[in-house]
Amino acid sequence: MTETAATSDRRLEREAAKRRKERRGFAIAAVSTVVVLGGLAAWVLTSPGWPEVRETFFNWTVFKDSFPEVLEGFWLDVKLFVIVEIAVLAAGLVIALVRTSQAPALFPVRLLGVVFVDLFRGIPTILLVYLVGFGVPALQLTGLPTDPIVLGGIALGLSYSAYVAEVYRAGINSVHRGQRDAALAIGLSESQAMRFVILPQAVRRLAPPLLNDFVALQKDVALVSILGPAEAFRIAQIIQGENFNFTPLIAAALLYLAVTVPLARVVERMGGGAEGVVR
Amino acid sequence: MSAVLELRGVTKAYGERQVLRGIDLEVSEHEAVALIGASGSGKSTLLRCIDLLEEIDDGDVFLDGEVLTDPAVDPVAVRRRLGLVFQAYNLFPHLTALQNVVLGEMRAHGVGRAEAEERGRALLARFGLEGREDDRPDGLSGGQQQRVAIARAFSGKPRALLLDEVTSALDPELVGEVLAAVRDLKAEGLTMLIATHEMSFAREVADRVAFLHEGRILEQGPPGQILSSPEREETKRFLGRLLEAGRI
Repeated sequence: MTETAATSDRRLEREAAKRRKERRGFAIAAVSTVVVLGGLAAWVLTSPGWPEVRETFFNWTVFKDSFPEVLEGFWLDVKLFVIVEIAVLAAGLVIALVRTSQAPALFPVRLLGVVFVDLFRGIPTILLVYLVGFGVPALQLTGLPTDPIVLGGIALGLSYSAYVAEVYRAGINSVHRGQRDAALAIGLSESQAMRFVILPQAVRRLAPPLLNDFVALQKDVALVSILGPAEAFRIAQIIQGENFNFTPLIAAALLYLAVTVPLARVVERMGGGAEGVVR
Repeated sequence: MSAVLELRGVTKAYGERQVLRGIDLEVSEHEAVALIGASGSGKSTLLRCIDLLEEIDDGDVFLDGEVLTDPAVDPVAVRRRLGLVFQAYNLFPHLTALQNVVLGEMRAHGVGRAEAEERGRALLARFGLEGREDDRPDGLSGGQQQRVAIARAFSGKPRALLLDEVTSALDPELVGEVLAAVRDLKAEGLTMLIATHEMSFAREVADRVAFLHEGRILEQGPPGQILSSPEREETKRFLGRLLEAGRI
């Protein structure tokens, strides 16, 4: 009896100490946040150029007037993003499968896969958009697309397929060799082993890095603006040029954030739940 | 008795390291042969070579008199006629116990889902896994996982079952349940080649014991003879070491 009582006294003591520590931690975090953010805000708001910056970057009237137009352009970004992303997911998988295959007959294709990845991952995306967007129409070949939106999408697709192929390949290679052995041992062919055993396990591990590339692509869609299509960034630039006010760019930035921040949260949640996948 | 499995002069090297140095071995119908020998003596390699997961350098392996180790032979067709159980279970972690068992039947043997699942459930029940059908491997104990793996290897009705140290990764108290499953298959008359460290089990289940040393089969014979009065010095030393470690 006495022993139990003593234990529970110690326990109450510990719990009280733990609560005190938690409260203290919370108070410190709150004070520190107010000081840092308040200091930063004071520093910016009292800067000599702030009134002018507020007028040219954060003008409410300009924001209200330009927002609908920028939003309209943003739909083009979203559409382009979705189409390119789907194409990239498919193309990346094909390239990764080709690169991990061992069949001698596929050697030339495998070589092509290596060249593709090296080439399109090694060239800055903005440069690819320029080269494809202005180079392909200059060839004046019939049958090739000339629409700058399509060309921009192709350039983005090439660049991101190379990245995503490597993500897939890393995922495929991360599945333990014993899984392939076991799949073959029950009589599956190499391609069945890939389809039923290796890929399903790889894809679970791939979700976080793939979503990461989603976020990057969603932003890089703005690069298509250099070819002229009226997407959000382009429209914001045009309005900015017309009335010498940068607020439309802020509107565009907010729209990108409205998509990329939720995407990033999804990535984090999947990353947090991934420990069950890494065995 | 006709030989189900026959190995003639099988050699295998990994780079400079000669693992198998000319293996001759026969396993007859309904016979269980235990392969014993120290770690690294080539037991696992031998089983992997028979299941064509490794390519041999010289010699030949025959299944029911047909040569397997010919470049013209389709390895997938061969593996469909054999079963292999791994030391580390190698269950598919993304599939349930039942799905692990039926995957080969459905995809490699073309059995319909309903029939495969019915047989799969019966097999799992036979190995004491009733009610575990929908559990994933990480929710099962090592002994349960290995029994699922045995059910998976057996589901394709193999001509011979190859068992690679199936109890080595298990906690001691789980060894018995896995050995019981193997004993059960032996009672049914399944032809088996069993690489093992469990001498008492070899003595009980095997019709013949073969001692593998540095890539060669030094001696083979009935368990009583090889395990109690071996002729070769190497066999005596090996058994002596096991005795010291309290493994016999």
